[in-house]
Amino acid sequence: MAYSEKLIDHYSNPKNVGTLDKAKQNVGTGLVGAPECGDVMRLQIEVDEASGLISDAKFKTFGCGSAIASSSLATEWLKGKSIDEALTIDNMDIVEELNLPPVKIHCSVLAEDAIKAAINDYRVKNGLPEMVAEKKAH
Amino acid sequence: MDNNATTPMDPRVLEAMMPYFTEKFGNAASRSHQFGWAAEEAVDYAREQVAKLIGADPKEIIFTSGATEADNLGIKGVYEMYASKGNHIITCTTEHKAVLDTCKHLEKMGAQVTYLNVQADGLVDLAELEAAITDKTILIAIMYGNNEIGVLQPMKEISKIARKHGVLLFTDGTQAVGKVPVDVNADGIDLMAFSAHKMYGPKGVGALYVRRKNPRVKVTAQMDGGGHERGMRSGTLNVPGIVGLGRACELCMQEMAEESVRLSAMRDRLENALLQIEEAYVNGNREHRLPHTTNISFKYVEGEGLMMGFNKNIALSSGSACTSASLEPSYVLKALGLGDDLAHSSLRFGLGRYTTDEQIDYTIQAITNTVLKLREMSPLWEMYKEGIDLNSIEWAHH
Repeated sequence: MAYSEKLIDHYSNPKNVGTLDKAKQNVGTGLVGAPECGDVMRLQIEVDEASGLISDAKFKTFGCGSAIASSSLATEWLKGKSIDEALTIDNMDIVEELNLPPVKIHCSVLAEDAIKAAINDYRVKNGLPEMVAEKKAH
Repeated sequence: MDNNATTPMDPRVLEAMMPYFTEKFGNAASRSHQFGWAAEEAVDYAREQVAKLIGADPKEIIFTSGATEADNLGIKGVYEMYASKGNHIITCTTEHKAVLDTCKHLEKMGAQVTYLNVQADGLVDLAELEAAITDKTILIAIMYGNNEIGVLQPMKEISKIARKHGVLLFTDGTQAVGKVPVDVNADGIDLMAFSAHKMYGPKGVGALYVRRKNPRVKVTAQMDGGGHERGMRSGTLNVPGIVGLGRACELCMQEMAEESVRLSAMRDRLENALLQIEEAYVNGNREHRLPHTTNISFKYVEGEGLMMGFNKNIALSSGSACTSASLEPSYVLKALGLGDDLAHSSLRFGLGRYTTDEQIDYTIQAITNTVLKLREMSPLWEMYKEGIDLNSIEWAHH
C-alpha cells in the first residue's frame, strides 16, 4: 500500500508540532483517542480576541503516519479561520487531500473530533455553551 | 530485517532446483520411464537431506505445500486418527494462526481445546501444561520457536510430560528448523511442521515429520487422491520445490552453527544499541530464544508510524506478516501481558543469512532517530515527561 506524496510530506515534515499554554483563556485544547487504540491526538488552537480568528494551531500525535499527517494538515487548515469556519472542516476533506486508504479513514475522523474538542474547550472557557456535536461513527 | 516473514532464496538452492523445471521434469510417481525415475531419485535424495537436518528417518518425512498445510495435516490428522482415544488437544495462546485456527476448526467438529496462557517471558508453564492433561488428551501442540518474539519453548521438558501421560507431541518448527539444532529424537517430538521459505528455500513447499517408531504415529490424510507420501498426502509431488527444500536443509546443516553465532552477535549489537533509547524494552525471554530474532517495544511511539520513518530502506514488521494487514495489536505480545498501548509500540526484527553489519548500523541509526523525532510529537511522551500517569486519564476509546 503506497501512501500519497502529500501524506508522506506531512509525516516527514509535520507542520505546527508543539504545545500552546493550555491555561490561557484564548487557547482551546482537544485531546482525543486512546493509547490502547493506537492513536492519541492533542490539537490546540489560539484565538485572536480582536479578530476572532485562529491565530495559531499546534498538535502532538501518537499514532500511525496517517494520524500524524491528518493532524498536521488540520492545524494548517485551522490557522486564519474563524471558529465557525473551522467547524466546517469535514473529515472527508482530509481523506481527499491526503488520499487516505479506507483502513485509515478513522485517522481523519479523529482529526475532526480533535478540532471540535479544541473549539469546545475554547467555548466553555469563554462562557459559551458547549456544542453538541454529532458524533461520527468510528 | 524481516526474515521471520520470509527469507530470500539462497542462489545455491536455486541452482539445485533449476534442472527440475525443464530438463528433469518427470512425475516422481511415474514408474515406467526414466523421467519418472530421475524425479523420484531427486525426491528421495531431498528426503534424506531433510531428515538428516532434524535427526529423522527419511521415511518419516511427508512433503506438503508448506508449514500451514503441515500444521493442518498434523493436528487434524491426529485428531481424526485418534478419535477413539479422546478429543482433547492442548496448545498455547502464542501459537501461529495456522495452529490456533486449526484448533478452532476442530472445536467446531467436537474437539475440546485448552489454550494455555504463557508466562510474562513467553514460556509455557510446565506445571500448568501437565495439570491440563486429562484422560481424553490426545495431542499437545506447542511451537518450537515463536515467530514474533523468538522464544524457544522447552521441548525436551514438554516431551517428558507428554510421554509420561501417553500423549503425542506436535510442534510447529517453522522458525526453528535450520536456525537452531532440532533433533526429533533428542527433543522427543512426534510430529513437526516446517517450511522451506523460512530457511532460504522456495515458497510453497514444506514438510511434516511423522514419527514411525516409539511410538508409531499415524495421521488421517486431509488430501485424498493418488495415495502419495505413503497415503498421508496425495498430490503430485512438487519436485523442484522439494529439491529446493532438501538443498536448503543441507546448507543449514552445514552452516547453521557458524551462522547462528554470527547472527546472534549482530542481533545482540542491534538490541543493545536500541536499548540505549529511553523506555525501550525487549519482549520475551532473552536467554531461550532464536539467535536471529528480537522484539522491542518503544514506549509512547506507535509502531506503524515508526516504521513509516524508514520503510523505504528497511523492511520490518510490527508483528507477524499474516496479521500486518490488520490494525489489531499483536496477540502474541498481548499474551505476554503487554497492554494494547505497548503492543502497538513494538517492532519485530528477524536477521538473516544476508544481513550485514552495515545494515545493522543503518537500522540502529534510523530507528533511534525516528523514535526520538516521533516522541517529540507524541502527546503521551510529553505527559510521561511531565510525570502525568497515563492511566489516570479518561481516554475516549474509539
